[in-house]
Amino acid sequence: MQRTENYMVMEFLSRSSNESFARTAVATFAAQLDPTLDEIGDIKTAVSEAVTNSIVHGYPNTLGKIVVKVRILEKNTLEISVRDWGCGIENIDKAREPMFTTGGEERSGMGFTIMESFTDRMRVKSSVGRGTTVVMQKRIAPRMR
Amino acid sequence: MEVIAMCRERTLELKLRGELDHHGACGLLTKLEREIESALPSELVMDFRGVTFMDSAGIAVALRGWQRMRELGGSVVLRGVSAQARKVLETAGVGRMMTIE
Ligand SMILES: Nc1ncnc2c1ncn2[C@@H]1O[C@H](COP(=O)(O)OP(=O)(O)O)[C@@H](O)[C@H]1O
Ligand SMILES: [Mg+2]
Repeated sequence: MQRTENYMVMEFLSRSSNESFARTAVATFAAQLDPTLDEIGDIKTAVSEAVTNSIVHGYPNTLGKIVVKVRILEKNTLEISVRDWGCGIENIDKAREPMFTTGGEERSGMGFTIMESFTDRMRVKSSVGRGTTVVMQKRIAPRMR
Repeated sequence: MEVIAMCRERTLELKLRGELDHHGACGLLTKLEREIESALPSELVMDFRGVTFMDSAGIAVALRGWQRMRELGGSVVLRGVSAQARKVLETAGVGRMMTIE
């Protein structure tokens, strides 16, 4: 168990207009780790994918609660968890495969692949009818000044 | 997000402005298809200079453009793509199908 140096929690309704808000808020909180522009881009993209999944797939025909928790752990590590109480994922391994989607034609099936490659570590917990939690960790390398 | 379409000598240029996520992309695929259908271009240029953020929603848009242009025997160029958007496109190997500038 790593020590938590700082954290923030936010809760919002699964409206698509909150996608932009959520990724910007997480990036702003992460700014205290002095990330590079590339690292900020990675964080925003990964958060955008996770939050969009909760909005689009977790709550397909309804509005529900999404909670995003961000922790700063030892060794400059950022941990982001995105949780919904929506429909859940039946087969997580299948869902994580590149190009796999149960969505319409405006989905690419690349969300999990992006979350995985833009962070250092990604875990998915889900149960059908109960919801989904995605936890991502990213180490922000300290910079020389 | 905002789309401005311009057609000159069978080159259809679509200038995109704003954030290309699931929220911003709403209606964009339909608009893209409609513009291609009416212009029947030999080249599609999507100008990303005004795109301030892009996630996997942009992959679907680029691939749809590529699909339609392939049916017409034409090509696709993505212009003014930021480092962040390029990294997203590359996770799907989009650079192997069209030119990313
Ligand atoms: N929060 C979620 N709730 C329910 N299903 C999900 C959730 N996140 C992902 N999924 C499932 O995993 C699939 C793959 O997700 P992803 O890689 O982001 O691709 P896409 O969103 O383009 O479909 C989705 O199509 C969906 O079936
Ligand atoms: Mg997704």
